[in-house]
Amino acid sequence: MANDSLMIFWEGYGLPTVIIVAQIVAIIVALLLSVAYLTLAERKVLSAAQMRKGPNVVGPFGLLQPIADGVKLLFKETILPAGANRVVFIAAPMITFILALIAWAVIPIGPGIVLADINVGILYLFAISSLGVYGVIMAGWASNSKYPFLGALRSAAQMVSYEVSMGFVIITVLICVGSLNLTDIVMAQQTVWFVVPLLPMFVIFFVSILAETNRSPFDLPEGESELVAGFFLEYSAIPFALFYLGEYGNMILMSAMTAILFLGGWLPPVDVAPFNWIPGPIWFAGKVAFILFCFLWVRATMPRYRYDQLMRLGWKVFLPFSLFWVVLTAGVVVAFDWVPQP
Amino acid sequence: MTPLLTEYLPILIFLGIAVGLTAVMVIMSYMVAPQRPDSEKVSAYECGFEAFDDARKMFDVRFYLVAILFIIFDLEVAFLFPWAVALGEIGLFGFWSMVLFLGILTIGFVYEWKKGALEWE
Repeated sequence: MANDSLMIFWEGYGLPTVIIVAQIVAIIVALLLSVAYLTLAERKVLSAAQMRKGPNVVGPFGLLQPIADGVKLLFKETILPAGANRVVFIAAPMITFILALIAWAVIPIGPGIVLADINVGILYLFAISSLGVYGVIMAGWASNSKYPFLGALRSAAQMVSYEVSMGFVIITVLICVGSLNLTDIVMAQQTVWFVVPLLPMFVIFFVSILAETNRSPFDLPEGESELVAGFFLEYSAIPFALFYLGEYGNMILMSAMTAILFLGGWLPPVDVAPFNWIPGPIWFAGKVAFILFCFLWVRATMPRYRYDQLMRLGWKVFLPFSLFWVVLTAGVVVAFDWVPQP
Repeated sequence: MTPLLTEYLPILIFLGIAVGLTAVMVIMSYMVAPQRPDSEKVSAYECGFEAFDDARKMFDVRFYLVAILFIIFDLEVAFLFPWAVALGEIGLFGFWSMVLFLGILTIGFVYEWKKGALEWE
């Protein structure tokens, strides 16, 4: 009798929980490995762009370099600056990293392959990526040092400026889909990927995610040559590594968002024989890798923006244009009666 | 369990695991690595000079202005989310009401622009 109720409890609650935990561990391990090898890929791409070899000593082709870097950071001393507000100082990198992780709960990497298929998926992603600014501003304030403070201010202003246009871009996609669920957004692109009808929005989105993740050419918050390292100047060891992992995790997350919103997620370009033999997750990974390569390509090519140029681009170009495009898309959809019916 | 709970439970578990993992990483590094702080090491970095005043002083008011503008436009985006999803059900009336709302906001935006709130010199 007791055994029976134990069985029911196990099948009703225990087993599903174990499966969820296993899935979460799989996501975290895959993400951390991707981040590790993204840092290597970045150094390799940059070195190739500058006709150097890049890391090639640790392991074959430098493949063990990220592992060596991680171990090195683990054994470094955690320096807590004397003037810092200690609790906030340690909490800031943790928040950045946790947010970069939990956003992945809703990303569908294949048909039905998603941890939590919630019906407000895109809103959840938007909310989590907005919270990222807290890690930055807390780090800058808690460090009680001038460069981090300036870097955090710049970063916060930059992130919120570009978030507005990102929001409008997401709205245009939603008008064409009629659902907030990420799986629905991908399935709406079966006939044509949104990158074709919404090409200007795709360009704005790509530039905005560069600014949102503080990447070159918008890396003013870090600005090595003027702010030394920006908001994480005072950090060392694992707190520094958490910022680093969070930043690169966010890059991968934003690329995944671009792939879902514009490049048809896990769908093949055309649904014919040789293309649809390849499983969905591989298409998805390929698209994400392509966008990540564009991140690195831009970094190798473009000089850094000035701060006033950055703000002008965000507020005076992207914001009016994306607002106009929202109205235009809605107008076209309503006028031709193409509104998606639920 | 209700469907709402079963949908969001994985996210809650994920949050718990993420917090745990991060805490373990920080604490493990703190335990494993030798900690030898001295007064020079823990002073604020200012290119080798002694820090000559407090970092938390005045900053440019325009950062504050950007934050205020952001609130307005982000709220607008928040209004647009349900509208974009329900566009099929609210029809022409819904469409034109939102165009009117966006029109009013555009007037405000033009005012800001003309007042120079978006200038960074």
